[in-house]
Amino acid sequence: MQTLILTIVLLALTAAGFRLGRRRALALAGGRPKDLSALPRYYGVYVALWVFVPAVAVLAVWYALEPSVLHALVVGGLPPELQALPEAELGLLYSDIRNAVALGTTPDDSAIAAAVAHYRSLSASAPLGLGALALAVTLAGGGIGLRLVSPQLRARRSVETVVRALLLVSSTIAVFTTIGIVLSLLFEAVRFFRLVPITEFLFGLEWSPQTAIRPDQVGSTGAFGAGPVFAGTALISVIAMAVAAPVGLLSAIYMAEYAPKRARAVLKPLLEILAGIPTVVYGFFAALTVAPFIRGFGSSLGLDVASESALAAGAVMGVMIIPFVSSLSDDAIAAVPNSLREGAYGLGATRSETIRQVILPAALPGIVGGLLLGVSRAIGETMIVVMAAGLAANLTANPFDAVTTVTVQIVTLLTGDQEFDSAKTLAAFALGLMLFLVTLVLNVIALYVVRRYREQYE
Amino acid sequence: MSDTAPARPATAEAVARGLRRRYAAEQRFRLYGMAAIGFALAVLTILFATVVANGWSAFRQTYIQLDLPLEAADIDPDGTRDPAVLSRADYEGLVKKTLRGMFPDVTNRREKRELYDLVSSAAAFDLRDAVLEDPSLVGGTFQLRVPASDDLDMYMKGYIRADSPEDERRISDRQIARIEALREQGRVETGFNLGFFISGDSREPELAGIAGAALGSLWTMLVVLILSFPLGVMAAIYLEEFAPRNRWTDIIEVNINNLAAVPSIVFGLLGLAVFLNFFGLPRSAPLVGGMVLALMTLPTVIIAGRAALQAVPPSIREAALGLGASRMQMVGGHVLPLAMPGMLTGAIIGMARALGETAPLLMIGMVAFIVDLPKGPLDAATALPVQIFLWADSPERAFVERTSAATIVLLVFLICMNLGAVLLRRKFERRW
Amino acid sequence: MATTQTAPSSIHAHRASRRAQAKMSARDVNVFYGDKQALFDVALDIPAHHVTALIGPSGCGKSTFLRCLNRMNDVVDIARVEGDITMDGGDIYALDVVELRARVGMVFQKPNPFPKSIFDNVAYGPRIHGLAQDRDELGEIVFTSLEKAGLLDEVRDRLDQPGTGLSGGQQQRLCIARAIAVNPEVILMDEPCSALDPIATARIEELIDELREHYTIVIVTHSMQQAARVSQRTAFLHLGELVEVGDTQDIFTNPRDERTQGYITGRFG
Repeated sequence: MQTLILTIVLLALTAAGFRLGRRRALALAGGRPKDLSALPRYYGVYVALWVFVPAVAVLAVWYALEPSVLHALVVGGLPPELQALPEAELGLLYSDIRNAVALGTTPDDSAIAAAVAHYRSLSASAPLGLGALALAVTLAGGGIGLRLVSPQLRARRSVETVVRALLLVSSTIAVFTTIGIVLSLLFEAVRFFRLVPITEFLFGLEWSPQTAIRPDQVGSTGAFGAGPVFAGTALISVIAMAVAAPVGLLSAIYMAEYAPKRARAVLKPLLEILAGIPTVVYGFFAALTVAPFIRGFGSSLGLDVASESALAAGAVMGVMIIPFVSSLSDDAIAAVPNSLREGAYGLGATRSETIRQVILPAALPGIVGGLLLGVSRAIGETMIVVMAAGLAANLTANPFDAVTTVTVQIVTLLTGDQEFDSAKTLAAFALGLMLFLVTLVLNVIALYVVRRYREQYE
Repeated sequence: MSDTAPARPATAEAVARGLRRRYAAEQRFRLYGMAAIGFALAVLTILFATVVANGWSAFRQTYIQLDLPLEAADIDPDGTRDPAVLSRADYEGLVKKTLRGMFPDVTNRREKRELYDLVSSAAAFDLRDAVLEDPSLVGGTFQLRVPASDDLDMYMKGYIRADSPEDERRISDRQIARIEALREQGRVETGFNLGFFISGDSREPELAGIAGAALGSLWTMLVVLILSFPLGVMAAIYLEEFAPRNRWTDIIEVNINNLAAVPSIVFGLLGLAVFLNFFGLPRSAPLVGGMVLALMTLPTVIIAGRAALQAVPPSIREAALGLGASRMQMVGGHVLPLAMPGMLTGAIIGMARALGETAPLLMIGMVAFIVDLPKGPLDAATALPVQIFLWADSPERAFVERTSAATIVLLVFLICMNLGAVLLRRKFERRW
Repeated sequence: MATTQTAPSSIHAHRASRRAQAKMSARDVNVFYGDKQALFDVALDIPAHHVTALIGPSGCGKSTFLRCLNRMNDVVDIARVEGDITMDGGDIYALDVVELRARVGMVFQKPNPFPKSIFDNVAYGPRIHGLAQDRDELGEIVFTSLEKAGLLDEVRDRLDQPGTGLSGGQQQRLCIARAIAVNPEVILMDEPCSALDPIATARIEELIDELREHYTIVIVTHSMQQAARVSQRTAFLHLGELVEVGDTQDIFTNPRDERTQGYITGRFG
């Protein structure tokens, strides 16, 4: 609510800045726009920027620092013996305080109750302080801007410099997102690797991330050997690619080399629909239709098929990946120069001979790039496996068994309520880091291969 | 191959010998291609068919017509008509009493329970709302149409069959007899299931609706739009029109391409670690969901935006620059308006992808059981795909129907968005 | 029809005799690309063991005509070919297209080696057509073809390296070797030297002259000097019509049609 009011006030002041700036410029020029070194409206925008940008910067800094400042102030106000607690316990205490504030309860412990009250008073006065600060910055900015306005001011150039800077900043958001991903994953993963050795995580063969509720509980120490999880991911990805690679590649070949133009115009968008279906729908389809079908089919053959078989999840995932493979292969095939086709036809090769022996080898790098991107999709796909694959970490290569995947474990570990610092939640970030690294490597290789391939025929 | 006597017939003969086999291989290969496309299209058809076949019946719901005698003694013994008193009355008891009155032969507890189970627990609430709205009803007999329980609904829709063994179905022989009796009295009817579109989530399938999830999706998408479109457009303009060809620009470009292929769940982890834990934003809020999905959508918008800018011919830029416009004026006044439809198309396609995205939302807690409709981007909410995920996990048969119905709604939204993008592209597609 | 002959009766007599000894023969050939007609009633005989050059300004239809001879226009969706083309007196449309192309090989404007090794490039044709009984015979075919194409000495020790790594002139000779390896009766060459430097061009021209002994060659060229150097017969096409055909010597020294004369003397082209 207060944010909304702040925003409205800020926007109103910005608009006022625009009008004032324009008016002042015109007044200084004696009402003759020709005497100004830029169009009047640029002076308006110039002042408006002076109003808007500093205020937004202050707001951003405030919102970024508020939690840590509050933390420092509240913790600083605690009695010394509480401040002397180990970091982890202090963290727990602080989240207790925040919970109490959020729920509006008063804890029994008087020291903590005082801290809660402290927190409340701080966070109650915060908006006032913020409002006053923002207003002051806004007015000061506007004042400076207005003073700087003169007929000689090259307002357009100044405005364009600022806009250009804004454009530059927006383009860097992608970089900051990547940095954010890397840092957040790395930070939590490192904390995890302090609890569980990285070698055990990577090569251990037992995965049962339950943490003990009671210390004397049997088998609840939590084992974090992610080997079976990686193996499960690999198994499902292999199944998915076993469906997606041939079907996607063959459909791409058919559409690029055989289908008449009209049929292609219909078939291509139809296949693209497969890429547009939300993965949760595939997951529902896999769990509701495909898994029981495979189970029934298997048992009619006398096979013992788990109800959450890797085959069901993998096959449906493969269908989802078909359009990725087919559209990238299609591009790769289309990029093969026609002279190679003619060369083969000119020797008397049939169409399929030309495709298999000349076009496909020529298009291979592009196709491989597409397949790698497909594998990366398969590894990172979440909803299908969450809904149709299992939770138990079985180390098996049998597609009729239930296996679990990295993404399934991330979801399972992080949904539901638990302490954020437990090994269980941190394990999710370690898995996330592995997922990010593997898919990143696959993507980089794939993009590199595809790009090199394009250059080859340009 | 000898130099003097060209082995011409040999070549022709050898070729002719192999022709049959080679054309058979040609046919086979062609057939593989058709089979592959056929397989993909068959799965697509089966998927749509299953969803529609399972889901269409959820748009209708079975209702039971009850004649409720609203005796003043039961509801408002003092005759005050005070809303506080009216709202405290035992409406559940009234509904039960009415049901007992309709079947006087029911005596033992178990049979009574089965009888009550035919009507949704919403009946009492509906009755209370009706009385509170119009207190003059008290004293008369009130005709109320209440939703039937999910089991009765399933029976009426034919998902539970009377000829299946009794212990394998969730509805007993006695209950079926009662339903048939009610039907003969004309008290059972099937109508459009408005509740599905205007209610939030519920544990009772017959009361569960998609409005809460849809609103959550709406708020999320608003945030995505507000964040990703301007940022994406600005980034595209910078990279296409202003960026110098240097290392830094290369880094940005590589980053954008890679980000487009990062698994969505990783964005969820980013949101959890940065937005929730570091900045302390509220859990389950569409604001955070929107921020995460905006980051995910950004590469799509930027890539589409750059393509749209590239499609504007240099002649237009040169004309503007030739008239003395600055680069910025050229872009803002001439290039951007021409590229806008293409950018919008890209944005719509990106939004459609974000609308169907589930995994990152699970990470930031938009997966809770939330009954209330979210009134703003800071209220706890789910989203349509998350609702599908939640319902898909529920054991009741009636939830299968609703999951499918929610899927139909989601797919309809997605089809509309993609269709809109295609039409937009058609309308503004220019041949320069 | 724009062939310039004098007396009608002699035309027929002349034609009949020509046709009898011609390796390939075209009559009333019309080609359409969609609505556009690219060739108008072209009639031409290709004598065996001769090099026949097709010359004319760009867009005159010479490549289109060449591609009719091994039905390469079949693969172009919008192309339609009418008329009568025979090889050894038999209709080429009665032949299977695969067999036709095995017997009528083609070398293209831009060298287009497959992304395979030099050996596999040359062995491709014999392999798909099953021309070799065993590996040794295949190697024999490859070596002979490379030798005939004058490439063997340059590539003998790197047969397993990709054909795309050769120089432009070598690539084109590789493509000629690839065509020869099938042992065709006719070789069609579509401006085989247009992408090459003068030295590489000279080597190919030499090669064409040597190949004439075993093969019937039809070459499309935009260079009159080349036509004069390598061919025995020359046909001049203009705007889709065959203007004039005759012995190369005659065409260049004594053209009968003024369009031919105009082209040869460089007044247009």
